[in-house]
Amino acid sequence: MTFTQIIFLVTAAVILGSALMVVSTRNLVHAALWLIVTLFGVAVLYAILNASFLAVVQVVVYIGAIAILFIFAIMLTRREMRDRGPQLNRGWWLNIIIAGLTFGGLFWMLQGWSGFSKAAADFPSGYDAVGQLGKALVSPTGFVLPFEVASVLLLAALVGAVYVAFARK
Amino acid sequence: MIPLSWYLILSAALFSIGLFGVLSRRNAVAILLGIELMLNAVNINLVSFWRYGDVSMMAGQVFAIIVFAVAASEVAVGLALVISVYRSRNTVIADEIDLMKW
Repeated sequence: MTFTQIIFLVTAAVILGSALMVVSTRNLVHAALWLIVTLFGVAVLYAILNASFLAVVQVVVYIGAIAILFIFAIMLTRREMRDRGPQLNRGWWLNIIIAGLTFGGLFWMLQGWSGFSKAAADFPSGYDAVGQLGKALVSPTGFVLPFEVASVLLLAALVGAVYVAFARK
Repeated sequence: MIPLSWYLILSAALFSIGLFGVLSRRNAVAILLGIELMLNAVNINLVSFWRYGDVSMMAGQVFAIIVFAVAASEVAVGLALVISVYRSRNTVIADEIDLMKW
């Protein structure tokens, strides 16, 4: 077992454990903080996968913006949610079965695929993945159209969010 | 070296946990937290397929960036809706937000 594998297993355990806390803990502020742990674990996975730009974006955008937005929303809606009553639906055990079946189905489908236990080729030394990503995002033969569509979507969503949440007199 | 299967199993497990959260939480904000977990599972898959395929093809990472943008917009709109509903109905429990149910 190599060093990378040990790091992967530790990260995977942290991700899954904190994800379970996100869906099961009673206090929603704690759930949001556990989500930050999960997101950080995913950033570590990106770093292991040589996707350095995505690892940074994960920390900046997901932890720095999305998780903080969640904490704001939880605090703004907290009064009522002093967790009266149960946190889970009545049929939550049925949902465990559904989630288990989803996992089993995905696993069964994937393990029949020929590339399932493929090993990665060595990362080419001196290969500038971040530069290539930047070029791919703005080159007309690459992904400039999806990139622009994503930015327009983000703008529209933020304007819409301000409009929806705006307090009318 | 880590085989691809480890990443795929991890992301399948993370997706299932997120699915459980979406299906069984009563609080609307907690449902959005579950959706975030599912989106992250998808992103792990996209990036690991990029790494285990041809690294000069950037589609995997570009898709992951698009998912980031979509997740950010989804959270902004979703939380704005939750806050707006909370203002008018004084609840964030998904069962009780039944304006459109008849």
